[in-house]
Amino acid sequence: MAEELLKIEHLTKRFDDNTVLDDISFTVHKGEVIVVVGPSGCGKSTMLRCINALEPIQGGKITINGDEIVYGSKNLSSLRQRIGMVFQSYDLFPHLNVLDNILLAPTKAQKRKKDEVTKEAMELLKRVGLEDKAKSYPRQLSGGQKQRVAIVRALCMHPEMMLFDEVTAALDPEMVREVLDVMLGLAKRGMTMIIVTHEMQFAKAIADRVLFLENGKIIEDADPDTFFENPKTERAKQFLNIFSFERSKENEEI
Amino acid sequence: MPDLGLDVLFKGKNMIRLLGGLWVAVKISLISVAISIPLGILLGIIMTSKNPIIKAVTRVYLEFIRIMPQLVLLFIVFFGTTSALGVNISGELASVIVFTAWGTAEMGDLVRGALISIPKHQYESAAALTLTPSQTYLYVIIPQTVRRLIPLSINLITRMIKTTSLILMIGVVEVLKVAQQIIEANRMSSPNAAFGVYLTVLLMYFIICWPISMLAKRLEKKWG
Amino acid sequence: MNWDFIWEYLPLYKDAALLTVKIGWLGIAIAIVIGFLCAIALYFKVPVLRRIVSVYIEISRNTPLLIQLFFIYYALPKIGIPTNPEACGVAGLAFLGGSYMAEAFRSGLEAIEPIQMESALSLGLEKSQALRHVIMPQAVSISVPAFVANVIFLLKETSVFSAVSLMDLMFTAKDLIGLYYKTTESLLMLVVFYLIILLPVSILGSVLERRLRHAGFGS
Repeated sequence: MAEELLKIEHLTKRFDDNTVLDDISFTVHKGEVIVVVGPSGCGKSTMLRCINALEPIQGGKITINGDEIVYGSKNLSSLRQRIGMVFQSYDLFPHLNVLDNILLAPTKAQKRKKDEVTKEAMELLKRVGLEDKAKSYPRQLSGGQKQRVAIVRALCMHPEMMLFDEVTAALDPEMVREVLDVMLGLAKRGMTMIIVTHEMQFAKAIADRVLFLENGKIIEDADPDTFFENPKTERAKQFLNIFSFERSKENEEI
Repeated sequence: MPDLGLDVLFKGKNMIRLLGGLWVAVKISLISVAISIPLGILLGIIMTSKNPIIKAVTRVYLEFIRIMPQLVLLFIVFFGTTSALGVNISGELASVIVFTAWGTAEMGDLVRGALISIPKHQYESAAALTLTPSQTYLYVIIPQTVRRLIPLSINLITRMIKTTSLILMIGVVEVLKVAQQIIEANRMSSPNAAFGVYLTVLLMYFIICWPISMLAKRLEKKWG
Repeated sequence: MNWDFIWEYLPLYKDAALLTVKIGWLGIAIAIVIGFLCAIALYFKVPVLRRIVSVYIEISRNTPLLIQLFFIYYALPKIGIPTNPEACGVAGLAFLGGSYMAEAFRSGLEAIEPIQMESALSLGLEKSQALRHVIMPQAVSISVPAFVANVIFLLKETSVFSAVSLMDLMFTAKDLIGLYYKTTESLLMLVVFYLIILLPVSILGSVLERRLRHAGFGS
């Protein structure tokens, strides 16, 4: 087994009296791709936000390579640089063009040389098929293009792992594929990732492990074949059933 | 505790006199608002006209009134009418004329803004439901416009009340003038009266304007 | 219309206009600083400070400048705070304008999606860097129309300066009307000089607004 990269122990998160994450523990190994699925409001997104210390937590411990991530601590920005995150939408900076969006954090937070980062940024943009968009502004891009830029922006910080929070949920159906392909490419290159998604086919294809979350608890933790073909719990079965029912209904409408 | 000159306020009828002065200003604002609102609604509707001449005339009126300081307008009407028309008009009348002209311009712009901000599909979906144009206005357009306009009109009242403090400058005896008289009369017995009296005037304006602003803010949030 | 009269007294108006502009812009500059700081205090919900700022904003917005000037000029010296007409004009305008500018900046800041701050933080930027490079540039351009409207409003408000014996345009006009009864000429010069001060700002404002709307940040 590869070395441990991210370790989550007994993570608990409450909003007032409402427990959103209840004693969550799991470990992510280097190069592993973990897909988190579960019904809306089960705490998937909140979990990612806690890993990036965008939310204070009420209990437990999150460590990356042994360094603890504590909400509000002084060295938070350097820890966050080691974890890339891509959100559902609206997270490109609208006042900066694509290249400046990518350059901002490497040059300001990591104080790297602009030439060097520009070169790298252009290579990454080329990899996702957007090298001709470097000077465009976010408003001139399609949703799928924006998300690919957001991924490049995070990659350019050389993160040790990436978090993806429903990155295709706000996209028109025809744009989903181009974003998922980029993520598949990353997985092939051995990037460690935690992916929250509703795209079940994609989950099946990319995951090394699937976590099924409900009501703030991990109900199942299995390899994708087991989870999708033979889920252990009744709840996971129901969830997958409801999902496929909804999909067939969508198909009918078309 | 330094002498803040607050004692003057409780001497004789001083407080009543101040309130009387305030009423002069408030009365002028209320009269002006009362005339401005119907005229402004009319102006706003006229301004949505497609006729280029009407558009140009109303536009020039609006821009001139809005770019000139209200005090300049007061001077023009108060001093200008005397020299141009040879009639002497009172400060109160000049104030009502100016604040009505200004209020009408402001209100007109608000009404125009509210009318053109109603999306086209509101008219279209009303037509699709086979409402007649007059029914469309009565049941669909006007209720939406009114909701947008009420908080803004209430705001106009506070702006009007604040602006009427200017009438001091054309010699109308209002609250500031009364304040000056009181301070002057008590110069010997209470040398610090200016502090207490002007603080009181400041608070009086605040007590009138603040609740009205709060109401406007609340309605704006509720209907926004 | 007596053109000789106008020609003769033009320099007087010019000086008065310069005084108005000088005090006006100084007051507005300080108002911008006050407004900026207040908006930051409100945006970050700084304890205690935000209460003080809210009270200041309500008082400043719900009282007329003329009364504020009277208070600064005649009342404050009574409790040992000395003043002079110029300082009073600047202070009054800054006190009034600060709250209007604060509201303009604050609504600019609030118009920005929280995710902008979060994604900047998640990239590893410090909060101060995120504020400077991500939040502020957007907030400032969103608040430009309100900002320009405030500048025009405040420049117009300078017309009450004569109440604290500043020899501004109103003072000059009133003086000439009283002395020579050349009402039409005096008023004409008054209007023309205010147009000279205000029109460029108004035009610049609509140009800026159109540009920004054109650039639109729609994401």
